Amino acid sequence: MTALLVALGAAVGAPLRYTIGRALDGRFPTGMLVVNALGSGLFGVFAALSLGDAGWALLGTGFCGAFTSFSTFAVQSVERPARTATAYVVATAVLSIGACAAGWSLVGVVG
Amino acid sequence: MSARRTGAAGLVVVAVGGAVGALLRLGVDTAAPDSLFPWPTLAINVVGAFVLGMLPALAVVRRSRTVALFVGPGVLGGFTTVSAWAGQVRRLADDGHAGLAGLCLLVTLAAGLTAAALGQHLARRAEPQ
Repeated sequence: MTALLVALGAAVGAPLRYTIGRALDGRFPTGMLVVNALGSGLFGVFAALSLGDAGWALLGTGFCGAFTSFSTFAVQSVERPARTATAYVVATAVLSIGACAAGWSLVGVVG
Repeated sequence: MSARRTGAAGLVVVAVGGAVGALLRLGVDTAAPDSLFPWPTLAINVVGAFVLGMLPALAVVRRSRTVALFVGPGVLGGFTTVSAWAGQVRRLADDGHAGLAGLCLLVTLAAGLTAAALGQHLARRAEPQ
C-alpha cells in the first residue's frame, strides 16, 4: 500500500516538475529553483502536519520527493557558467532549506 | 529551438518514470539501517546526479526521446530529491545537531555537483566522433 501511494504521488509530482522546468528554465534555471523551493516548503508543511503513514507516503515521499529533483539541479549547475552556477547553487540551498524550515514553523504557529 | 510543448504522451512517460524512480528511492530508504546522518538520501542524490550527467553517453538515450524522457526527468528525477535533503538538514539543525546539519548540506552539494561533473566528463569522452 505504501509503495502504491508513493508511486501515485510521484506520478503527479514528476510531470508537474517537468512542465514547470520546461516553461521557466532559461539561461538561469528559474523553473527548477521554484520547483525545489516550493517542494521543500510543502515537505516542511507535510512533515509538521504528522500525516500518518499513508498521507506521508503519498504527499511527502511520493509527491514532494519526485516533484523536487537533485539530479536535474546538479547537472544544470555544472552546465552553467561559473557565476550563474554559483548563484543557482546558493539560491537553491538557501531557498529550499529556508522554505522547508518556514513550512515547518508555519504549521506550528497556525496549529 | 526545439518544440517547447511536450505532448501528453511525453508527460505520461515522465510520470511513469518518476513513479519508478520514487519506488527505487523508497527501496533504498527502507533497506538502509537507521542512522542519525541521512546517508541514504546522500547516496541517492550523488548516484542520481552522476548517472544523469553521463546519460548522453548511452546511444539508446541519444536515439530515442522517449527513453531520454523516461530515464532523465522520469526515473532519475523521481529517484533524487531536494525536499528530503532540505527536510533532513532542517531536522538535524532543529534537533541540536547543527554541525551534522551543516555537514549534510555541504557534503551533498560538494559530492552531488562533483558526481554530475564527472558523469558529464565521462559522457563527453565517450561520444563517438
